[in-house]
Amino acid sequence: MYRYDDRDRAILNDRVAQFRGQTQRYLAGELSEEQFLVLRLQNGLYIQRLAPMLRIAVPYGLLNSTQLRRLARISRDYDKGYAHFTTRQNLQFNWPHLEDVPDILAELAEVEMHAVQTSGNCIRNTTSDPFAGIAPDEIADPRPYCELIRQWSSFHPEFAFLPRKFKIAVSGSQQDRAAIRVHDIGVQITKRDSDLGFQILVGGGQGRTPVIAETIRDFLPEADLLPYLEAIVRVYNRLGRRDNKYKARIKILVKALGPEEFGRRVEEEWQQGKDGAEKLTPQALQWARSFFTAPAYKTFDGSASEAALQQQAEGDRAFARWLERNTYCHRVAGYRAIKLSTKPTGVPPGDVTDRQLDAIADLADAFSFGEARVTHDQNVVLADVEQGRLYALWQQARQHGFATPNIGTLTDMICCPGGDYCSLANAKSIPVAEAIQRRFDDMDYLYDLGDLNLNISGCMNACGHHHVGHIGILGVDKKGQEFYQIQLGGSAANDASLARVLGPSFSRAEVPEVIGKILDLYVQQRRTAESFLDTYKRIGLQPFKESVYAKAG
Amino acid sequence: MPKPAKPGPQPGNPSELIIDGEILPNQWRLLAQTAAGESPDIPAAGKVILPLRQWQAQRRALTARSDEIGVWLDSDEGAESIGAAAAQCPLIAVHFPAFADGRGFTTGRLLRERFGFKGELRAVGGFMRDQLTYLRRCGFNAYAFEGDEPLASLHDSLHDFSDSYQAGVDQPLPLFRRRL
Repeated sequence: MYRYDDRDRAILNDRVAQFRGQTQRYLAGELSEEQFLVLRLQNGLYIQRLAPMLRIAVPYGLLNSTQLRRLARISRDYDKGYAHFTTRQNLQFNWPHLEDVPDILAELAEVEMHAVQTSGNCIRNTTSDPFAGIAPDEIADPRPYCELIRQWSSFHPEFAFLPRKFKIAVSGSQQDRAAIRVHDIGVQITKRDSDLGFQILVGGGQGRTPVIAETIRDFLPEADLLPYLEAIVRVYNRLGRRDNKYKARIKILVKALGPEEFGRRVEEEWQQGKDGAEKLTPQALQWARSFFTAPAYKTFDGSASEAALQQQAEGDRAFARWLERNTYCHRVAGYRAIKLSTKPTGVPPGDVTDRQLDAIADLADAFSFGEARVTHDQNVVLADVEQGRLYALWQQARQHGFATPNIGTLTDMICCPGGDYCSLANAKSIPVAEAIQRRFDDMDYLYDLGDLNLNISGCMNACGHHHVGHIGILGVDKKGQEFYQIQLGGSAANDASLARVLGPSFSRAEVPEVIGKILDLYVQQRRTAESFLDTYKRIGLQPFKESVYAKAG
Repeated sequence: MPKPAKPGPQPGNPSELIIDGEILPNQWRLLAQTAAGESPDIPAAGKVILPLRQWQAQRRALTARSDEIGVWLDSDEGAESIGAAAAQCPLIAVHFPAFADGRGFTTGRLLRERFGFKGELRAVGGFMRDQLTYLRRCGFNAYAFEGDEPLASLHDSLHDFSDSYQAGVDQPLPLFRRRL
């Protein structure tokens, strides 16, 4: 992973000192609420329903065990022993004291971590594929580019006060696991002949106006990445609306101008700065890549190791389930990636305790070269596990509550913190997740349903990505009461699509039953091995609507 | 974006400001925008900063005084509205109607890097102390601060960061080029 040198450390320590000063000025009454709001948000600090919330940046989701242990310690010493993994591959603390935040930042800086630009109207933490570097379908490792983007965007003097927040995601694989089509900028690594480059998508996003991004360039040469991003953000900074925060995202500008005209303006701006200082040199690319080299893999006979694994699986059904759902192919023979599930029934999705953070660090050290990755679906990946040690890993993961074999199934839902924590929410989301987990607790049934993304948001800001869930649930407020709208047919993958609203909303108590009716219809209607999403695409919304809203008797 | 019908908050013109790191008396008089069609009364002598529209209308007539005629740009008036003429300007002020309106950062950078502006680049309006480093890095060298804090206390904020990752007007090479 990327390691800081003295210059990174100097910049980060300057930031800690700057924020300490800003906090002191605020506490002394020298900074207004309004001014401090902007400054603290650019440092990931919210004032939430119950307490401040501090969002820590985990660049492209990558963490080492030292960092995990430090996060565990911070959650113990400064919080209530909990942390929350977010859909942007970050980590949040929900109960820190404002006065302690500068000390927390100093603790983070010691392990090369920070909270820079995890909120606010600036370029946010860049996200990527949690299987970067090991996925068999990878065109090139996205992490060197992500790190270059992190550095370019950190404290960017021109872009710290954009019209609205700005999110970039990079995918290096054929399968998009970074949801690039629902980002302000999606960067898809691609090849033309043998040259590496990027397809650039712009103007995707969720929130109250969900939009799928449009391609404005099919192939951007590798060296041009940063000048091109700078051109996009510059056009947006100048032309994006600032009169209405709900119309200020780049997606609205791209829609207003049309993607062709927006792209034309970007090209024009880029031509001016194309060969400027930010153009990536071969040395810079080589330097960035040098941080993401393969670990010291052992050489295995792939088929022998696979056979041994199958034997273990045959002897232990629970292990076999976990193997099927929670492990992933690796490009190196004899290795697999695994996902630790943070979604056992009754635990808010993405929540972990301080002990669990320490346990992830121990598991990473013991099984995966000391590294772990936070995923967009709020789980944790250990990327480099020897197949021969999966059984041992599974047993240990189970002890820590991480081995629920539900990855990719209905109960592995994305869920925002909702009304229990978030001051923006219209409705609670955690109890809805729990009610669905309790109702659909039969693993055989879940496996029979197959891959199914259920996403829950407590309000239209869509932190729970309900627009791109195969099934989406949106909390709405009706005259002070919480109701839930059901949407079907969304996807954040290559075939990105926005879910459509099924019909009138339901009370919280009705939601599990409604989900049950939707799933029953799917099971009735599906063709052999057809996924929920494919069945929906084939038969459309109407049959689901009829089934759910049919009058009893 | 369409220009608002009503003029927004106008930039102030404090008596002292920070120029090139020093606290100095303000030698320029900044004229506010007037309603469309009207021309402000331009003082017969002395250094004066005109709103863009008046500057465009009158700068030829004022050629003899070109050393004492500056111009200020509102946040929706980009650097290209002055363009190549920037190189002959002694002073350009960029208005920040609110600290959250970040368009002026781009304007400053383009004036310096694209249009060859070498004169005094002055930030005016509602920016805040914590933006001084960013302003400096975007090419501003003068800060007409309107806040309550004494100017002497702002000085340190010009250098909140001792180094930077990306290129700026102050540092033409990004860190990845300087590292190797």
